[in-house]
Amino acid sequence: MKITVNGTEHDVAAESDTPLLWVLRDELGMMGTKYGCGIAQCGACTVHLDGVAARACQHPIGSLEGADVVTIEGLAGDTDALHPVQEAWVETQVAQCGYCQAGQIMQAASLLAGDPDPSDETIDATMSGNLCRCGTNLRIRQAIRLAAVKMGA
Amino acid sequence: MSRLKTLSRRGFLIGTTVVGGAVVFGSYLVARPHENPLADDVTAQQATFNPWIKIGPKGITLITPHADLGQGTTHMQAILLAEELDLELDQFTTEFGEPAAAYYNRGFAAEGADVVAALTPLAAETVRGPMGAALKIAGIQGTGGSTAAADSFDKLRQAGASARETLKLAASQRSNLPVEQLTTERGAVVLPDGTRLAYTDLATEAGALDPVQEVALRPASDWRLVGQPTERLDILDKSTGRTVYGIDLEAEGMVHATVVTNPRRGEMLGYDAGTALEMPGVQGVVEVTGGLAVLADSTWRAFKAARAINFDWGPAPYHAEQADHWAEVSASFTDARLNATWRDDGDAGAASGDQVIEAEYRAPYVAHQPLEPLNALVTVTEDGVDIATGHQLPRFVQTVAAGITGHDADQVRFVNQYAGGSFGHRLEFEHIKRACEIANQRRGTPIKLTYTREEDFAQDFPRHIAMARGRGAVANGRVRALDLQIAGAPVFASQGGRMGAAMSGPDNQLGAGAYSAPYALPDFRVRGYAVPDLAPVSSWRSVGASFGGFFLETFLDELIHAAGADPVAERLRLITDPVARDVLSAAAEMAGWGRDPGPNRGLGVALVRSFGVDVAEIAEVEQTEDGLRIRKVWAVADPGPVIDPVNIENHIQGGVIWGMGHAMNCEVTYADGMAQQSNFHQHAGMRLWQTPEIEVRVLQNRASIAGIGEPPVPPAPPALANAIFAATGTRLRGMPFNKTVTFA
Repeated sequence: MKITVNGTEHDVAAESDTPLLWVLRDELGMMGTKYGCGIAQCGACTVHLDGVAARACQHPIGSLEGADVVTIEGLAGDTDALHPVQEAWVETQVAQCGYCQAGQIMQAASLLAGDPDPSDETIDATMSGNLCRCGTNLRIRQAIRLAAVKMGA
Repeated sequence: MSRLKTLSRRGFLIGTTVVGGAVVFGSYLVARPHENPLADDVTAQQATFNPWIKIGPKGITLITPHADLGQGTTHMQAILLAEELDLELDQFTTEFGEPAAAYYNRGFAAEGADVVAALTPLAAETVRGPMGAALKIAGIQGTGGSTAAADSFDKLRQAGASARETLKLAASQRSNLPVEQLTTERGAVVLPDGTRLAYTDLATEAGALDPVQEVALRPASDWRLVGQPTERLDILDKSTGRTVYGIDLEAEGMVHATVVTNPRRGEMLGYDAGTALEMPGVQGVVEVTGGLAVLADSTWRAFKAARAINFDWGPAPYHAEQADHWAEVSASFTDARLNATWRDDGDAGAASGDQVIEAEYRAPYVAHQPLEPLNALVTVTEDGVDIATGHQLPRFVQTVAAGITGHDADQVRFVNQYAGGSFGHRLEFEHIKRACEIANQRRGTPIKLTYTREEDFAQDFPRHIAMARGRGAVANGRVRALDLQIAGAPVFASQGGRMGAAMSGPDNQLGAGAYSAPYALPDFRVRGYAVPDLAPVSSWRSVGASFGGFFLETFLDELIHAAGADPVAERLRLITDPVARDVLSAAAEMAGWGRDPGPNRGLGVALVRSFGVDVAEIAEVEQTEDGLRIRKVWAVADPGPVIDPVNIENHIQGGVIWGMGHAMNCEVTYADGMAQQSNFHQHAGMRLWQTPEIEVRVLQNRASIAGIGEPPVPPAPPALANAIFAATGTRLRGMPFNKTVTFA
């Protein structure tokens, strides 16, 4: 079956119940999307599925024929560029261990795409499914506000 | 002054230089530098001045041997080296370095003596020896106990300074100009006429010189990088998904594996893997200690096949039911189980006054569960073992692996990796052992072991469980006596036992965070009781202080309220140490302590000294219709000199979130010998919607530098509990608090 990842179409061999997460990591070798829990409790595997944030561990590849997937590797389009959310993440120095941050960034980018000037309540509600064990929570909130400014909110 | 004292004052001797593989040792016996681990690695065109700096014609590499678990040690170590070496942050790359005695952790010898004693076969008194001399000889390379900054602060700046002056000497010889006329900047020696001689160009000549010793370190007022806000070296990769963690590693011909081991930590009595072996991509199962590994051509196929195996598990070698764990702890406040008396001021046993108060507290097992599941990439061949993953004790990885495969430890090549968190989890060796057991049965094939989250939870050695009994007295509006007994699992015995080191004797983590309190109470006693037959446990961010601080500071708060005193004023009255007093005063000032917080609101305070660092936290909570909300937290810490002000703020905030989040809603409980919590839906910590603003202030009055990874954690639970009492009148004596109160 075929899926498009970051603008490139791939023929995928994995059996249909394989979660997108493991197709990305094991078959396509794209390691930016992380395994954290496997049950949609941590958000480390967040990607954009047809433009909306989704947990890659919860989507069997068999349900994704023709789907358009964007991962952290493709968020900025050009590999050398940074998406405004990533710029904000760098400037705010959000990361500690960094393991959850690709998922956090993908979730935040999806949030801002749909709501360019989210309220604090919306930020908190939207981002609470993404777990940071290091506790960078405050910088995540701060970086989203900065990204909103960068994106012209 | 003795030689040891002299060395202790100077702190570090730069004594190694290598030219084409020739190693030169220093002159002091005990301070003789360890063999430079880069010596085998340098070519004729490269020079290495010490184990931290490698300069060749093509570039400069700084070796940052302290494991980076997210706490920013790579950046911290690099800017210490770059400061004196006059490098800018874009002029070098970093490597974790290989396991080597030269990277022994000096910091362990001071505050962390007991930590390292628990992690090594060395007795605690050996570790505490003069300047940790024995430790140096043993070459303990480890990261833990919030010691990395203390270990590195002088040592790496001196390493940078020695390398800089040696490069200047080489430039002086080439240019025939006196060294005094030469300066350095941006990776080059600059001659008086402005000519720049790049370090990379001087490397070969400099490597032929004896390294310049006794270089005076620059004063703080001259620092360009240290103490300044800088962009963390790893921040760009961690914001773009490019950082490679252990779980991301691949090797040619690699086979994926996952393990399922007895969730009761006992034996595997039998199994039926028939279905699993028929599943697509499965390449077999192999027995490992306590269970099975499934090999497959992808992670997912290994995970899926593992779920299809039926197991017959043996019983747990500890109490099967949680109630029996608590009963065992409760029955341990006896003379026979007294482990040590950590503090005994005055006559706390005879405590009397206007009012005598007694209370009992509980702290549950809690899981580490960093977000990157345990993993390792291991290849075993006849010639040796290759291991790659993130770990805090690289040299012990070598000995653990060698013990399984039959190689010598120096045949084990370990390559450390950025770790997706640890919180103490990567001090353990279960994943290393399992991966080596698998790879040893498939010699020649690279084995990539990835734990499922569920297996990681089941096999996590949690934070030790504990109870405290407090008895105190107040008189004339003051607290006059406090007698605290803490009974719990002895964590060092548990941890050391798994490393083959019997660690009986006093375990200061059954008193940490309590006996260190900077209070001059007339009668003050802290005793620890070691409880047998509990689940195996391990060091969890801030170890014993993670509950010792809760027990002491919450009970003290009870006494202060009983005395009718003010929680801040009474603590300040009891504090004798100016560093601690300033920390608490600053927190009170920031929070506007004494103001009326308004209806249904309350402020709570706690001050804990752990790992030598005083941290005060004040929480403001509100009882809303939906439950309790933490409105704001103020945190003040004094770890001495600050290396990275951005990272330290991030860390203190993270420590508050870690401490409060777990106190709110996390515990591990056992039923039928198995942990009942298997994933983050049952052990979440603090998510963004519950996270308050956390205002941080860092004081630098402490005379010497100390770590910040752990000290912000212990005051967080008591500050929250005391605030909830102030807002609601409900006194919380057991974690997690959500068993008693509801959080919005």
